[in-house]
Amino acid sequence: MPWEQVFTLTFLIAVLTAGIRLAIPVLLAVLGEIITQRSGVMNLGLEGVMLMGGLAGFATTYHLEQWTGLTELPAWIGLGAGLAAGAVMGLLMAVLAITWRTDQVVAGITLVLLGQSLTTYLYRADTALGNARITGIALRPIPWLSNIPVIGEILFNHSPITYLSGGLVVLCSVLLFRTNWGLQIRAVGENPAAVATSGLSVMRLRYLCTLIGSAMAGLGGAVLTVVQLNLFIEGVTAGRGWIAIALVFFSRWNPFVALGGALLFGIADALQFRIQALGSEEMPYEFLLMLPYVLTLVVLLFGNARDQTPAALGTPYTKGER
Amino acid sequence: MTVDQLTPTPPQKPWTHRVKPFAPGIGVLVALILSGILIQLSGANPFEAYKVLLLGAFGGTRQLTETILKATPLLLIALGLTIAFRTKVWNIGAEGQYHMGALLGGIVALTLPNLPAVLLIPLMMISGILGGLLWSGLAGLLHLKRGINLIICTLMLNYIGMLMVQYGARVPFRDPDGFLPESAKFVEAAQIPRLFSSRLHIGVLIALVLVGVVYVLLWRSPLGFRLRAVGAQISVARSIGLNTSQHILAALLLSGAFAGLAGVIEVSYTYTRLKQSISDSYGFTGILVALLGQMHPIGVFIAAILFSALVIGSQTLNVSLQIPAAVAGVVQALLVLGVLAGQAIAQRDT
Amino acid sequence: MRNTPEPSGSFAIEMQGITKRFPGVIANQDVNFSVRPGEIHALLGENGAGKTTLMNILSGLYAPDDGNILLNGKPVRFHTPHEAIAAGIGMVHQHFMLVEPFTVAENLVLGQTLGIFRESRRTLHQRLVTLADQYGLSLKPDAKIWELSVGEQQRVEILKALYRQARILILDEPTAVLTPQETDGLITILRGLAAQGTSIIFISHKLNEVLALCDRVTVLRDGHTVGTADIADCDAHSLAEMMVGREVDLQRPDRASQPAPPPSPRLHLEKISALGHHHLPALQDITLSVYPGEILGMAGVDGNGQRELEEVIMGLRSPTHGTVHCDGAVAHIPSDRYSMGLISDFSVTENLLLRDIDRPPFNLKGLLHPARMAKHAANLVQQFTIRTPSVKTQSGKLSGGNAQKIVLARELSRGHDIVLAAQPTRGLDIGAMEYVHAQLMAQREAGGAILLISTELDEILRLSDRIAVLYEGRIVGVMDADQADVKQLGLWMAGKHALPTQPVESRQVENPQNHTVLVSNPINGGTMNKGTINEGTINGGTPAS
Repeated sequence: MPWEQVFTLTFLIAVLTAGIRLAIPVLLAVLGEIITQRSGVMNLGLEGVMLMGGLAGFATTYHLEQWTGLTELPAWIGLGAGLAAGAVMGLLMAVLAITWRTDQVVAGITLVLLGQSLTTYLYRADTALGNARITGIALRPIPWLSNIPVIGEILFNHSPITYLSGGLVVLCSVLLFRTNWGLQIRAVGENPAAVATSGLSVMRLRYLCTLIGSAMAGLGGAVLTVVQLNLFIEGVTAGRGWIAIALVFFSRWNPFVALGGALLFGIADALQFRIQALGSEEMPYEFLLMLPYVLTLVVLLFGNARDQTPAALGTPYTKGER
Repeated sequence: MTVDQLTPTPPQKPWTHRVKPFAPGIGVLVALILSGILIQLSGANPFEAYKVLLLGAFGGTRQLTETILKATPLLLIALGLTIAFRTKVWNIGAEGQYHMGALLGGIVALTLPNLPAVLLIPLMMISGILGGLLWSGLAGLLHLKRGINLIICTLMLNYIGMLMVQYGARVPFRDPDGFLPESAKFVEAAQIPRLFSSRLHIGVLIALVLVGVVYVLLWRSPLGFRLRAVGAQISVARSIGLNTSQHILAALLLSGAFAGLAGVIEVSYTYTRLKQSISDSYGFTGILVALLGQMHPIGVFIAAILFSALVIGSQTLNVSLQIPAAVAGVVQALLVLGVLAGQAIAQRDT
Repeated sequence: MRNTPEPSGSFAIEMQGITKRFPGVIANQDVNFSVRPGEIHALLGENGAGKTTLMNILSGLYAPDDGNILLNGKPVRFHTPHEAIAAGIGMVHQHFMLVEPFTVAENLVLGQTLGIFRESRRTLHQRLVTLADQYGLSLKPDAKIWELSVGEQQRVEILKALYRQARILILDEPTAVLTPQETDGLITILRGLAAQGTSIIFISHKLNEVLALCDRVTVLRDGHTVGTADIADCDAHSLAEMMVGREVDLQRPDRASQPAPPPSPRLHLEKISALGHHHLPALQDITLSVYPGEILGMAGVDGNGQRELEEVIMGLRSPTHGTVHCDGAVAHIPSDRYSMGLISDFSVTENLLLRDIDRPPFNLKGLLHPARMAKHAANLVQQFTIRTPSVKTQSGKLSGGNAQKIVLARELSRGHDIVLAAQPTRGLDIGAMEYVHAQLMAQREAGGAILLISTELDEILRLSDRIAVLYEGRIVGVMDADQADVKQLGLWMAGKHALPTQPVESRQVENPQNHTVLVSNPINGGTMNKGTINEGTINGGTPAS
């Protein structure tokens, strides 16, 4: 094992930079799912939602680029399409879990199957997408800051989406803990009956949170295909939806901790890519890939899981039930 | 508990129960119509497509054999999950338990190639079951001893199990002479015997027997009674003195054993080696099969055949009508959605 | 907009001809109910009379099938609780609708504040304290709900309604969870609110409170209005008759005398302490004995450790200290039949066999015998007069009384020596209640040792041989039932130990743990001949010091 190739500054910078990049799609999904779960709905379908977002974003971007010949603008519209596709999947989840009171585990897994098969089907059906590549969105180094040695390269040389996602972490935290609406979201995840008797609509809150969460996961999928990979392949998300769910529990439903978790995942993922690229046979990079799952279990093992979980998580609300 | 006696305490009404058995049928119908629209949109005649699909799945001995073979792991996993779900134990870790079963069974096949089949096959089966038990038991311990959400435990262990197989196939058990990151082919004796001269194997028979076993277990045995009691109202089960943790663990272990068995059978017969991918998401699809089959062994049997037929039938669809084979998954998902919708509507209060 | 002058004697709220049907039952039929501004109006009725349904309609939770609601003379129709709240109707539910991990302040403003961002804590708290003071309610805005006592939580609920500017306040059995002292506090608060013009609807089935607090009363029975009257024209007797529809007989049933020297206890608890919700102490140093052929009544206000006591005896909760000795198996009639006694989705047969499924003849060589199970169930159904279409019927479909009979049949048919009956008649109609009482008496006559835990003092007085009172997890007093002094019991239930005329109490203050006092004398028919008491202890057999 060529360890000397690993412990170099260039390698470190490359891994950290890529780690931040790789963290973004998962981070977006995690932030969304935190909002969803805070409202008491557990959407296990993120893997399917991210795939739908990824395909919608990629296909939209590709066709717009072909049609208009523009760059960048189609990618932004593509991201919007990913967001919208996610919201549509969220609507399906909401109808299943909230209106029909289907078991949320079942609903979520159905969503995964639907997302996986539908994206594969549509990807195959639209033959133009076969080996298509798109231009995507260029990096935007931040003036001055990106010139700082090491740190500048790691932190301030990214696509605008990355900076935006950082802002979303703050936004989510403010939303949940500093706004009246966040108070309602957290309340509906704890005691929906109390929210209903306060004259608020449990349904509306949960629908909105499920839609927002799912839209963000769709956006995450689109960021992956449109901004980072510039291509789509079957199952392109490769389990990121499941990792996002793991990280929600890892973060104890806190956006800032979620950022840390997503970065950890991103760095582990980047490291794993680099190690594979080094061509070392014995290096057990699979264990790096396990890291998010193992860490989540470890965090749950030593944390007090019961006290922070939204009390009504996963339980459908029946009007008039006491 | 202060139940206002006049509020609708039992929200179910008699007619609901009469409609409920038809909910799957209605759901299937709606799903087929929606899928038909999808097929129409991609430029093929839906009726022709369904015909091709049916013939591709059931049209001859070869097709039927393929359908049954593909249904076997789904059936095994879904039968195990039927036990778990009846106990309201949300084991969604069948995929990981399946992988661990395959891994342990595969390791036995690779490390003891000189054993005769009569010893090797049972040993593999036992190891496979142990693999499933180990993984579901681990989730059970984390859940019962540390209070970690069972859905999350089983979910986390899924990917850990899958990655263990990938690592095992790539590094320690890799065939040094092969180009791919996979093990050498198992010896002949490690492939479970066929039934007569068909391509069907003993695993199919085992799965069929287990349909009956699960029925008897759940509705004709004290253990099944207690498991269902825990599932129907855990607080009552606890109050009458049942050790609910033990029963939850039992349900988990049983479902893990079924998934592990499915894993070892598949790796022994279908894949015949440890490789990077040894599952067609059976563990996840099995959840939907159990659900579509109304958590009843007979229903689960029908659902497993249905899901498998869609996959096998759609392969010919791809060849003859150029419809992507992934349509099978879409139809499966729509089927489940249709049934869920049917159930939801049947359970409406007014 | 017309602004017609209101007719004299106008009502704050008027419900006319309200009908509400649920599948299988008519909860309200042609109910008329009206409340004047600033009055305290009792809504009286038994469990299942339709009080809660009527109030749920008023608070917008259900839509009536028929009838009108007039608010200050104008017809209104509430489709959601939000509309009812906006119209000034506030409901204090029996089960508090509070978000436990939130602070008092957060609960109060939930769903009320406009604007995106939350108000700064300082100004919000100041505002809330001012509001609370205005109504004479003390309040800690920063406290988390789960840290508060039940009485404090109820004040938060009331304040929540007032914060939403309720002009009509509905309280659903507000005293069920309160001690008499807390009840007094509540009454003061409610009087103050009424004086400031708030109309109060007081749902209750407790006659004394209604007589003490209210201005008028409307009685419901079986979903119908029986009538409305001024409290001045009512007494307990007339109200009870209106409520029940017949003369109430709450006489103590005849009882056989006990063998003179009590044999050794069947059930004995020795210095039991246990933790409850949020790991707070729920039981402290409980020592008690129940002897064959007696009913020991455990009185007390709900939430004073009854549930934990029940669970500790049944081995469902581990005590932190102390031991439970049972001489024989325990039949358990649980306090909550739907979460502890019966599986609603299981058939009558399955529920009747919950405890016996593992033994022959139902289980032979690991397989169940459905025919034998059904036969056994059919016998019990007949023996205990359970009204069910079939033994295959889901238990959840039966009425509360018949559901409770399933529990009784299962538990009492197994020939146990000890019976733990917790809230055995909660939610039952009079007929079912009398059936349960008769069954318990039969067990007593047959020599069973019965511990009756009940929050219904009437039930305790009617059935018990000895009465103990549970307060904040301690036994604060014991007395012989034939000598029962209701006033004393009430004081004990309120946690008031000291009553100057009772030597027991003054001595307890001196030496609360170890002093043993003779309290009961041989009485007519001689129920319990000897009884000794010290704080936290009931002991039947020890000679008096």
